[in-house]
Amino acid sequence: MTQPIYSFPGGLHPADHKAESNGRPIQSAPLSPRYLIPLRQHAGLPAEPLVQAGDTVLKGQPIGAPGGRISAAVHAPTSGRVVGIEQHPLAHPSGLDDWCIVIEADGRDEAVAMTAIDWRQAPVWEARAALAEMGLVGLGGAVFPSHVKLESHLNKIETLILNGAECEPWITCDDRLMRERADAVLEGAEIMRRLLGAGELLIGIEDNKPEAVAAMRAACAAAGSDAKVVVVPTRYPSGGAKQLIQLLTGLEVPAGTLSTDIGIQVFNVATAYALQRAMELGEPLISRVVTVTGHVARPGNYEIRLGAPIEELIQLAGGALPGASGYLVGGPLMGFDLDSLHAPVTKGVNCIIVTHPALFPPRPRAMPCTRCGQCAQACPANLQPFEIFLYAKAKNLDKAQAYHLADCIECGCCSYVCPSQIPLVDYYRFAKSEVAARDREKQAAELARDRHEFHLYRLEREKQEKAERLGKKASERLEAGAVAADDPEAARKKALLEAAIERAKQAKAAVAPANTDNLSPERQAEIDAIEAKRKEAGQKETTP
Amino acid sequence: MLTAILVMAGIGLLLGVVLGWAEIHFRVAADPLVDKIDKILPQTQCGQCGFAGCRPYAEAIAKHEADINLCPPGGEHGIRQLADLLGVEFKPLGEGLTPKPKSVALIDENTCIGCTLCIQACPVDAIVGASKQMHVIVADVCTGCELCIAPCPVDCIHMEVVHENLGSWKWRYPVFPIQHEDAKAA
Repeated sequence: MTQPIYSFPGGLHPADHKAESNGRPIQSAPLSPRYLIPLRQHAGLPAEPLVQAGDTVLKGQPIGAPGGRISAAVHAPTSGRVVGIEQHPLAHPSGLDDWCIVIEADGRDEAVAMTAIDWRQAPVWEARAALAEMGLVGLGGAVFPSHVKLESHLNKIETLILNGAECEPWITCDDRLMRERADAVLEGAEIMRRLLGAGELLIGIEDNKPEAVAAMRAACAAAGSDAKVVVVPTRYPSGGAKQLIQLLTGLEVPAGTLSTDIGIQVFNVATAYALQRAMELGEPLISRVVTVTGHVARPGNYEIRLGAPIEELIQLAGGALPGASGYLVGGPLMGFDLDSLHAPVTKGVNCIIVTHPALFPPRPRAMPCTRCGQCAQACPANLQPFEIFLYAKAKNLDKAQAYHLADCIECGCCSYVCPSQIPLVDYYRFAKSEVAARDREKQAAELARDRHEFHLYRLEREKQEKAERLGKKASERLEAGAVAADDPEAARKKALLEAAIERAKQAKAAVAPANTDNLSPERQAEIDAIEAKRKEAGQKETTP
Repeated sequence: MLTAILVMAGIGLLLGVVLGWAEIHFRVAADPLVDKIDKILPQTQCGQCGFAGCRPYAEAIAKHEADINLCPPGGEHGIRQLADLLGVEFKPLGEGLTPKPKSVALIDENTCIGCTLCIQACPVDAIVGASKQMHVIVADVCTGCELCIAPCPVDCIHMEVVHENLGSWKWRYPVFPIQHEDAKAA
């Protein structure tokens, strides 16, 4: 029985440019002298450093612990010495610097003791717990911590989908990985299936990768697995999680919900491969396969340790050819420009494209939107991009949200087909991050309000407690006075006290103010007059 | 004629009874408008508006005792929301009030003498410490109200602007450099 294939709306057929880089086997990159390990290379909270400058570390040693539930650990890519925790530029659209652990490699590449997990026998919770330490994140680009996706879900996961579509032009790292390491990829998927308790395993691959399809099918046959390799037609963005689900199952993930709500979980093939290594070898995520292509001498795929400078990757590929105009991280549709070549390779970097004006001509000037509707036809999420664009441009976020801004997957189809050359996705990204910032501010305000209300309540409570305490003391004193009558010791003390008070009073009376001694008669008369006046005034006040 | 009058009077009486009953049974104790205004205010509790916190300012706005443009942390967006809610015209931020970048207070631990005065001043209990012990500000809950700065007898508190990081970074509004057509052709 063949697996039926469904369809998703919209999409594109851009020139795929896969042949440039998919002909060569994956090459291992040599060790670098220096590694920068960013603490934030995943979705969620940044990792918290576990090492400090001067520490020596071994390959695979955790150097950053997950900073929260949605976070991932980071590990040393090789053995060496930590020289510091510093701010460095990262491969990120912001071009901002962020905290990185800097490791100077010692060249020995000694590894910590890694223990494999017997995932076939070990209880699921044990495998999950071990996995949480491995720093695994989605390697397709979303970098969401994998252990969170593998936790038990509210809804039972019926279907696990392995995403090998790799729909974006130029990128071939998943293709090569499936061709060369199909057995490991499949085993990783089987581990996921066991952890999730899913029944069905579907592997979706676009039909422009026949070698990968054949390799995966052979791996399934060899392992005796009932996983189904499904060949889907090449159409961007078939590798989008929601689009692939639609292609393979015919189900649409409803707006505002997750695929797990309809019992489906999707993982990238590279993530499955990393998971297999984590389980079978006990090796945390410290390397990945990156495609280097475009205007370079030897386009291809390179397996490189995380934290190595991107510059080195480009050198491995023979360096940028003369006339290169820039560097793209990710694919041409969803990627972004790289600001600094010193930025390290991180978990989310799947492709570096060296650009050339002939390959990537500069985008012509944007013209006004004519509401032609081509973007709506190309949109795989069934949105009306031109409406969202107009509201995002006017900064009318509420209206943009009403047109389901949140369901935009930022695939770039609308920008690609726009005859007015409007960079539509830039506007959606702007609007989305404004909405997110507004939500953050609202949450902060809620927190501050709660804390302020508690502060006021606390002040009131403290005031009351103080009043109660004083009242209690006063009543105790009264009682003590009553008791003293029949206690000779207390009576003696009281008498002493009273005598002391009396003495103090007398002493005070004896000391006359010095400025009233030896006064001249005129002065005395003046004082008398004032005293008389004062007396009169006092009488006046009391008897008006 | 008489029936008509009686019917109308009867309906009037009935509706009056219903309204009277509703007045008693569906009474809303607090002014819901105050809550709505309070929700828009940024809850920094900084008192720059001249009131002792966000809620008192919200109450004053609801009673028409205060203007809507007195809250610098709320910014222009806040004033617009208030104007929308109350059906009044937008007006720019009041004179002498300037919006500042989001910042948090920081205690210089070498100078702090542990007097607890700042702890008492903090409206959101964001300062941890005790008498003659080091004080520390919990940056995550600090609203940047600056109320702790004035009471400090040794001036050891200063405001630190919160810089953008990868977590708070926002995509910019797309802007395109102006290009001269002839320059492009050349």
